[in-house]
Amino acid sequence: MTTLTTTIGQIVRGDRDVFPPYLYAAYQSTRLRAPTLPLVELPLSLSELTGPGPVISRMTPEDADMTRNSGTGGEAIGQRIIVTGRVLDELGRPIPNTLLEIWQANASGRYVHRNDQWPGPLDQNFLGIGRCLTDANGVYRFLTIRPGLYPWKNHRNAWRPAHIHFSLFGRSLVSRLVTQMYFPDDPMFALDPIFHGVPTDGARQRMVATYDHDVTEEAWALGYRWDIVLHGPEATPFDERWPAPLEDGL
Amino acid sequence: MSAPARLGVTPTQTVGPFFAPGLLRDVWNVLATDQTVGERIRIEGRVLDGEGNAVPDALLEIWQANAAGRFNHPRDTRDLPLDPTFGGFGRSGSDTDGVYWFETIKPGPVPFGGSGDDGEVMQAPHISVVVHARGMLNHAQTRLYFADEAANDTDPVLALVPADRRATLLAQRVEAGERAGGSVVYRFDIVLQGRGETVFFNI
Repeated sequence: MTTLTTTIGQIVRGDRDVFPPYLYAAYQSTRLRAPTLPLVELPLSLSELTGPGPVISRMTPEDADMTRNSGTGGEAIGQRIIVTGRVLDELGRPIPNTLLEIWQANASGRYVHRNDQWPGPLDQNFLGIGRCLTDANGVYRFLTIRPGLYPWKNHRNAWRPAHIHFSLFGRSLVSRLVTQMYFPDDPMFALDPIFHGVPTDGARQRMVATYDHDVTEEAWALGYRWDIVLHGPEATPFDERWPAPLEDGL
Repeated sequence: MSAPARLGVTPTQTVGPFFAPGLLRDVWNVLATDQTVGERIRIEGRVLDGEGNAVPDALLEIWQANAAGRFNHPRDTRDLPLDPTFGGFGRSGSDTDGVYWFETIKPGPVPFGGSGDDGEVMQAPHISVVVHARGMLNHAQTRLYFADEAANDTDPVLALVPADRRATLLAQRVEAGERAGGSVVYRFDIVLQGRGETVFFNI
């Protein structure tokens, strides 16, 4: 696998073996947007141990079917896929009733966004946005189409691996996660500085979904499984004035 | 009994440039209604990069207590009133000039620990701010304090911030503009890098 040669900054929020540094110069847009001064360690208080997760639930059941949620009545073009998995905390406990928001390019690799003007065709039946809540077991499930790869201007002949953007809140501000889910064996992994901004191969692989034939539905859609593990205060010692995690998982 | 095995956390990736249809499909930056208890404020500012240029594709998220200092969250079980008209979460994109804004209420003070006991060290009113953008592989965490708030002098978090950088966390009260509809306006620029770089926290 190609190793990207780059300048890597020392300023990292969270676990250095997991989270990318702010400066990863091969991803050129980090160069002027990366904080350069040391982060101030913040003792967790109610301000961070609370968060919007438990109270946000703006959605309808149709939001989880991105093949038919464009409002046209038509169906999106592309390889129909099911993406499902569990949302867990670091102790492996499911996080129920938590919001996932996702967005992605269409089958040709084009986003519905005024700033995406490369000549991949748009699909009037695909908006590329979805959301759902996890069930009582922390399980989420989307029906969508497999996104195409698309070019970007970071370097010569640059293409992003196929991906779906995910946003989750979890139980507290500490667990806020915006990330991208990738597909197995993407030929662009070795060349993508966003993927490689994650510092270890073990952590990178946690962003890659698994093809799961038990999720695949006969003569309908291919199945991918991807579990998401949110950081939280549960697994790290903090101010002893705080009680143990609440029994109901909050 | 041995400690439970810990699972590996899912890493962060950038929000990218195309998040708006997915994350800003609803109006998220007006947090207060006419019925919301508290001093109505408008927060506005710009997001700037290391050369002082506008960041036109940032996504800011805020989280705050209500006017009584109560968070709308099951973990805050203190005997303080919840406001049914106030959730406490907001989201704003930045525009081509890097400008974002929120209409909300000034939060009450909240405890530093969480026991709610008498004698608990209190934090000055503040709003947590999460900064996402294309070019940021991980979000940044900061706080907005109110420059005209006397309690800042004893705030335990501001005390952890190098004195010469504290001003980057202070929103300045300015004359209300027409757009603010009579609310008090606080100005809070976020500088991702370089001169006047905003203090960001590790959580």
